[in-house]
Amino acid sequence: MSGLGELFVRSALIDNMVFAYFLGMCSYLAVSKNVKTALGLGIAVCFVLTVTVPVNYLIDKYLLQAGALSWMSVSLAGVDLSFLSLIIFIAVIAAMVQLLEMVIEKFSPALYQALGIFLPLIAVNCAILGGSLFMQERHFPTVAHSFSYAVGSGVGWLLAIVAFAAIRERLRYSDIPKGLQGNGIAYIITGLLGLAFMAFLGF
Amino acid sequence: MKKYLGPLSKENPILVQVLGVCSALAVTAQLKPAVVMALSVTVVCALSNLIISLLRNTIPSRVRIMVQLLVVSSLVIAVDQFLQAYVFEISRMLSVFVGLIITNCIIMGRLEAFALSHPPVPSFIDGLMNGLGYGLVLVVVGTIRELLGSGTLWGCQVVPQAFYEAGYMNNGLMILPPMALIIVGVLIWILNAKQNKVK
Repeated sequence: MSGLGELFVRSALIDNMVFAYFLGMCSYLAVSKNVKTALGLGIAVCFVLTVTVPVNYLIDKYLLQAGALSWMSVSLAGVDLSFLSLIIFIAVIAAMVQLLEMVIEKFSPALYQALGIFLPLIAVNCAILGGSLFMQERHFPTVAHSFSYAVGSGVGWLLAIVAFAAIRERLRYSDIPKGLQGNGIAYIITGLLGLAFMAFLGF
Repeated sequence: MKKYLGPLSKENPILVQVLGVCSALAVTAQLKPAVVMALSVTVVCALSNLIISLLRNTIPSRVRIMVQLLVVSSLVIAVDQFLQAYVFEISRMLSVFVGLIITNCIIMGRLEAFALSHPPVPSFIDGLMNGLGYGLVLVVVGTIRELLGSGTLWGCQVVPQAFYEAGYMNNGLMILPPMALIIVGVLIWILNAKQNKVK
């Protein structure tokens, strides 16, 4: 059970989803007009990542990996289903999002109101699928590691979008060259934020 | 014909519509993976548009997202297996980003906006053009980054040795991920400036 804390910090700051891998950029650029909605989407992403990554970890470990089926019977030990992982992961994510939507609607209408519009969008957010794929690539030893990684990545994403939204709010009052207004400056700010985050790597 | 050429410049998916940035920019540190990625996305985009357009009258609209995801992910699995079989090195470089083509917003966006309401042949061309428009940006960014960052193109040394002896140095900053974003920002700036002049 060692290294969980480091893994959390590492995935939140150093391997930040947005700045190091450009994951979830579409919604990151589209839903960062003000801090409040950015916070809503950030929390939703955090939430869905935390649920889907450990679930996909278990599926990967006990069903899909090479030799993963050996717990069922010895004759299945040679089976390698890992080529199916893409389709299974995306199905799990879509199903989980649907399920979460229903659960939240039932138990916390207030939260549902706040997240409502964002939840369905999340099924096709690359950050979520990316989380599962990176989890598969890094071969975490236990499910606790994958959980820590998921929370860390989610928090990192949340941090990125809230910081970016706050900058964009201030940007309204600044004088930007005409051709650069809108998307152009948004990309450049993200790049600069990314450079700032590189500092965590020790550059 | 003109309406299909839009995605290459005026309606470029990355520069104007801000779609599909997600999985794209991380692979542009060198030209070779960028080209492979561009081709993969073009193939998946064109074929998924074709398939969804053929099925468009039989898919119930309530479950259409799920059907689209299944079609796209099956195509991506095929592309992934193909890359692993024939260009293993590059497939390792691209790592998870091939899988992330599934959630690429360009593909879902074109399926929703075009393939569901148009016959197969125009849909196929539309998918192809959008894939190429996306690929164009990837290749431009990849070229700039590889040339300035490592002094090579397609893995071959381009900047002559004499330059290095005269004190020229590779710009290591270009290899870092944030530079991709800044280059795209500048490309958008150039495109906007050009269009304003035309008006």
